[in-house]
Amino acid sequence: MTSPAPSSAVSPASSAQHPELAPLTNVDVERIRNDFPVLHQTVNGHPLVYLDSGATSQNPISVMEAEQEYYEQRNAAVHRGAHTLAVEATESFEAAREKVAAFVGAETDEIVWTSNATEAINLLAYSFSNASLGLGGPAARRFSLGAGDEIVVTEMEHHANLIPWQQLALRTGATLRFIPVRGDGTLDLDAAADVVGPHTRLLAFTHGSNVTGTINPVAELVALARRVGALVVLDACQTVPHLPVDVKALDVDFAVFSGHKMLGPTGIGALYGKGELLDGMPPFLTGGSMITTVDMTTAEFLAPPQRFEAGTQRISQAIALAAAVDYLSETGMDRVHAWEAQLGQRLVAGLAQIDGVRLLGPGLGVERLGLAAFDVAGVHAHDVGQFLDDAGIAVRVGHHCAQPLHRRLGVTASTRASTYLYNTTDEVDLFLATLAEVAPFFGVTR
Amino acid sequence: MSDLQQLYQTIILEHSKARHGSGDLTPLADAVALGSASGLRVAESHQINTSCGDEVTLRVSLRSGDGADSVAELVWTGDGCSISQASASILTDVLQGLSATEARALLDNFREMLRSRGKIEPDEEILGDAAAFGGVSRYPARVKCAMLPWVAFEAALIEAESH
Repeated sequence: MTSPAPSSAVSPASSAQHPELAPLTNVDVERIRNDFPVLHQTVNGHPLVYLDSGATSQNPISVMEAEQEYYEQRNAAVHRGAHTLAVEATESFEAAREKVAAFVGAETDEIVWTSNATEAINLLAYSFSNASLGLGGPAARRFSLGAGDEIVVTEMEHHANLIPWQQLALRTGATLRFIPVRGDGTLDLDAAADVVGPHTRLLAFTHGSNVTGTINPVAELVALARRVGALVVLDACQTVPHLPVDVKALDVDFAVFSGHKMLGPTGIGALYGKGELLDGMPPFLTGGSMITTVDMTTAEFLAPPQRFEAGTQRISQAIALAAAVDYLSETGMDRVHAWEAQLGQRLVAGLAQIDGVRLLGPGLGVERLGLAAFDVAGVHAHDVGQFLDDAGIAVRVGHHCAQPLHRRLGVTASTRASTYLYNTTDEVDLFLATLAEVAPFFGVTR
Repeated sequence: MSDLQQLYQTIILEHSKARHGSGDLTPLADAVALGSASGLRVAESHQINTSCGDEVTLRVSLRSGDGADSVAELVWTGDGCSISQASASILTDVLQGLSATEARALLDNFREMLRSRGKIEPDEEILGDAAAFGGVSRYPARVKCAMLPWVAFEAALIEAESH
């Protein structure tokens, strides 16, 4: 394949997959790596091996160029002002929305820009909170929560998809319940059928776990929610960047994802909401750019998505995120997914060969994301990470913002290696070989 | 010695396993009552490193003397990386028996050395085995690990003195 060309932010949406292209190989990945300047450096005297894309991904040149090009040629406030730059900035900003919407199978007006996925979930939680106070009128009543209502999450959630719901429950008097996780790191679906009951108003769960790499059965969970008329919120932070995601096919009501995990810049994320639902929701942040008419005591609000986008927006970030989506689309999400699935299985197979290493989550042969979190017996994750960093290998250590899940799996912290389309099999092998030296270095004998 | 070996000196790895002073903590109220019966002021502090989840709970028993309080006993529990756990173990060794003033001076010296980014050579005369943490000062991300039990000691000491 040829490297994706730097994309213009105003080029037409290109969400087409490339089934005709052969699966990615290490040769392709080496070409892809040329588009990522940050990968070409040494760390502590060793070539950088970046295995922390689950936390944040790196940017291709085309993404950085899109942001620079915007600032050099079209920087202006969007949705206000009639001058030429303002019009061009607005067009680029809205073209970016159209492209990102198409990438996840949404209608353009169903994508609300946020700072990140965390803010997107908080937007929902505070909008529902406002609805619970009676704001938004009759149309918002379906989002109103109170005593006796239940919000259901899972035990494997990232804190971003847990704490906003804890807080919403505290504010509204609703009860927070959770679907437990089994010892193998998968959801207990039998228990889920009991937990999601007649009082459930909202079911929020992650599409793919940032710790165990598990991909949850969205259809089954959505069916449980539909049975009782509950709304479904999908945390797609670990899936939108790594596999083809179609929010309509998944039939979720809301979905959130972050730009910086999908080759884009920090400071941009998105909330997907079904049009008819967004229409009924009261705003979270209020102020400029989200109103129609204002007097000294009241205001009328714009239709979504503008209703949820108060203040000057993340314009350059949205445009750069669209360039990231171009890069992913041109590479082909099916190919990205297949390559990372291969790396994920290679990680799992290799970890099983190292004495004293316990994988968190499903084992070899079970579908997983291209990441693996694990415990090294007798060596704390922080020390594992330090040893790997000394060899130029960047991994994540700690609880990965999922303390309840770690507690459930019987560890306080773990080490996580997470891959992306720019990681080679050689890098995975080097990581595994270096990891095998950890226990001997720390004097742990088995 | 490589940088990594400087960081993880043998004495640190040994202390991370030996865990001097580590033990089960009885309920604090019981320890306070028991201590006060034998002239000890007891207090504890729980510290957590939010970036990695390392935890140390350190309990200080202070004995009042002629114009000077002394550190009669130190007990701790904890969970975390080898640096934080070894630091708690070594703290127990080097601070036990010191006067509160001496303990504070040692703590200040330790903190200054750790925050120096490798510029201050640890003074073994003052720090004893705690000088082994000199290599940590070149790893800013790990300074908090080494400081964790010392911060707990500092807070517990103030608390005990106020009793």
